[in-house]
Amino acid sequence: MAEQSENELWQRLRQFTNARIGIGRVGDALPTKANLAFQQDHALARDAVHAQVDFAAIASALQPEFPQILRLKSAALDRATYLKRPDLGRSLHVESRLQLEALQTDPCIVALVVADGLSAVAIERHAVPLLNIIKPQLESLGWSLAPLVLVEQGRVAIGDEIGELLKAELVVILIGERPGLSVADSLGIYLTYAPQRGRNDAERNCISNIHPQGLSYVAASDLLMYLLGQARQRRLTGVALKDERQQLGATNNPTLE
Amino acid sequence: MTSYQHSIRQRQYQFDSLKTLLAKATPERSGDALAGLIAASAEERVAAQWCLADVPLTTFLNEVVIPYETDEVTRLIIDSHDQAAFAPIRHLTVGGLREWLLDYRTDSQQLAAVAAGITPEMAAAVSKIMRNQDLIAVAKKCQVITRFRNTLGLAGRFSSRLQPNHPTDDPQGIAAAIFDGLLYGCGDAVIGINPATDSPQAMTSLLHLIDELRQRYAMPVQSCVLAHVTTALQVIELGAPVDLVFQSIAGTEAANRSFGIDLALLHEANQAARGLQRGTIGNNVMYFETGQGSALSANAHHGVDQQTCEARAYAVARAFEPLLLNTVVGFIGPEYLYDGKQITRAALEDHFCGKLLGLPMGCDACYTNHAEADQNDIDNLLVLLASAGCTYVMGVPGADDIMLNYQSSSYHDIRFVQTTLGLRPAPEFEAWLQQLGISDQAGRLIANERHRLLQSAAQLGAL
Repeated sequence: MAEQSENELWQRLRQFTNARIGIGRVGDALPTKANLAFQQDHALARDAVHAQVDFAAIASALQPEFPQILRLKSAALDRATYLKRPDLGRSLHVESRLQLEALQTDPCIVALVVADGLSAVAIERHAVPLLNIIKPQLESLGWSLAPLVLVEQGRVAIGDEIGELLKAELVVILIGERPGLSVADSLGIYLTYAPQRGRNDAERNCISNIHPQGLSYVAASDLLMYLLGQARQRRLTGVALKDERQQLGATNNPTLE
Repeated sequence: MTSYQHSIRQRQYQFDSLKTLLAKATPERSGDALAGLIAASAEERVAAQWCLADVPLTTFLNEVVIPYETDEVTRLIIDSHDQAAFAPIRHLTVGGLREWLLDYRTDSQQLAAVAAGITPEMAAAVSKIMRNQDLIAVAKKCQVITRFRNTLGLAGRFSSRLQPNHPTDDPQGIAAAIFDGLLYGCGDAVIGINPATDSPQAMTSLLHLIDELRQRYAMPVQSCVLAHVTTALQVIELGAPVDLVFQSIAGTEAANRSFGIDLALLHEANQAARGLQRGTIGNNVMYFETGQGSALSANAHHGVDQQTCEARAYAVARAFEPLLLNTVVGFIGPEYLYDGKQITRAALEDHFCGKLLGLPMGCDACYTNHAEADQNDIDNLLVLLASAGCTYVMGVPGADDIMLNYQSSSYHDIRFVQTTLGLRPAPEFEAWLQQLGISDQAGRLIANERHRLLQSAAQLGAL
């Protein structure tokens, strides 16, 4: 059947791209199946943005590895404010700030922070297993850790304020990334050397796209350990710090910079 | 500095400058709230609108929103203002301009004749006291025609950019998406790829890919790889087949600097691309994108509201007579345009201001997953834009851009708008679609499982 052969053609071409090509039409419109498939993907992304992370459950799952866990809030107290006011999501709520100041912790090497960001699903699925891989690696290096911080309605830069208050040499924040239609549970890790309020994006490193179809937990954790080691040696993070592990193996592809 | 004031029910509202007045008169949007520029109440907003309506247009030539001395966009606006074109509307206030624009007697020719006399700030000001229907009605009367290998902007036409992006620039994935889009009759505005890697090598190989397809099928279209303007200049030097040079632009010198550009660089690129003489029926060679919020996100807005900053970007565009200009209206996120209502309003404002200033205005009607918007908002907006005579919109497979991670309009959506509103693609491209048996005389798609383009698509993987 000719129709089947056209379907087969597009199915074969989809090996080259995840774009929604060859999805067919009725009149000018989408066939029902393609229409509902899109609606489903958008629904998953929307739910991921608006879901609340069950931080209590995450805290109890992490308790065996992390005896001291702090629950904090950003200055954006609800989701609508969070989405409209990125500046509020970047700073701690005044009570959370006072809580950290009152702690009077000793200086440490790494502060680990978990924030919901734009995908609750990413945090609920990946934060616990990822932290359980990262923590033993940090400990094997003998690096001191601050209490683990779980922060609600946080954006990336809130990690810098937390790291500063915890007197950490480096802050590492795990955060839910903006959901796309194809992946709603992608997690990102950002790290800052000498964290303090007012640091900009160019002063941080990012490990992005951590999810089952993307970067694996182990690959992400290995890259994190590499970057943390380099950051301590060179006393910086940001645009000057790149993943140069590959280049030792001398790849010759000029477009891969 | 002049002070502006208006009273509502014994309460006097005072605005200390033209830029404050413009900001306070702007319909509500999250980006102006984020910048701390928004009216404190609905009453203050309407007081500002009353006050703005009485401001003479000549005031805009005397009181600039960003200093002439420190901003080259302001200098461009003031130095290129055409007093002769301005003469027919010189005596008007902002409120008077609104009525002049809507008057039956003001036709396409008159609108085109005054365009060079209208500054972006005047266009932004009048848009702030216009309802959505006013923005549609006036834009519909404006006609802006540009040419390269086909003719864009004619009455009764609605064109599309074919946007076959791929997260790793895979040539076969991109080619498959191009074949798919062409079979829906999309791509007359441009076949335009956002490259994943901004490198001369990546840009050159993508340009060759499209150029080879274009020549094989004798398509009356133009191509563009939307890399940075400096990358385009590099590959032009190396002899790559560059039809259009792309650049994102903004309405302040400092925001443009954050994009790594200035007017001199755009001038150089325009000259270089024109020098290639690749257009067959015209030589409009620039393609620009803009979007409300870009100046604020670069921390370069000088206390000017985001819509006025956006209109100023069109002054940058018109200095280079582009083939295409489009606002990317919901891409930047809900902190700038919160929901479908704000996205819709911004798109209509941008389209109106662009057309009034004499630009070939298109729109990327789009949203991200953290905005309060969905595909229904895009459907509505497409119908409104097409009714307003919008030059082109985007054609993305299934509306899902897997490289830029946002949702826009699809190949299907363009067909829907053309069929529902009786609009056609550019005439040269329409003739080509009929010649290749993609669409019939009535503009309907022809189902043909043995179509040449499908057979070519079947060769992919063996490339």
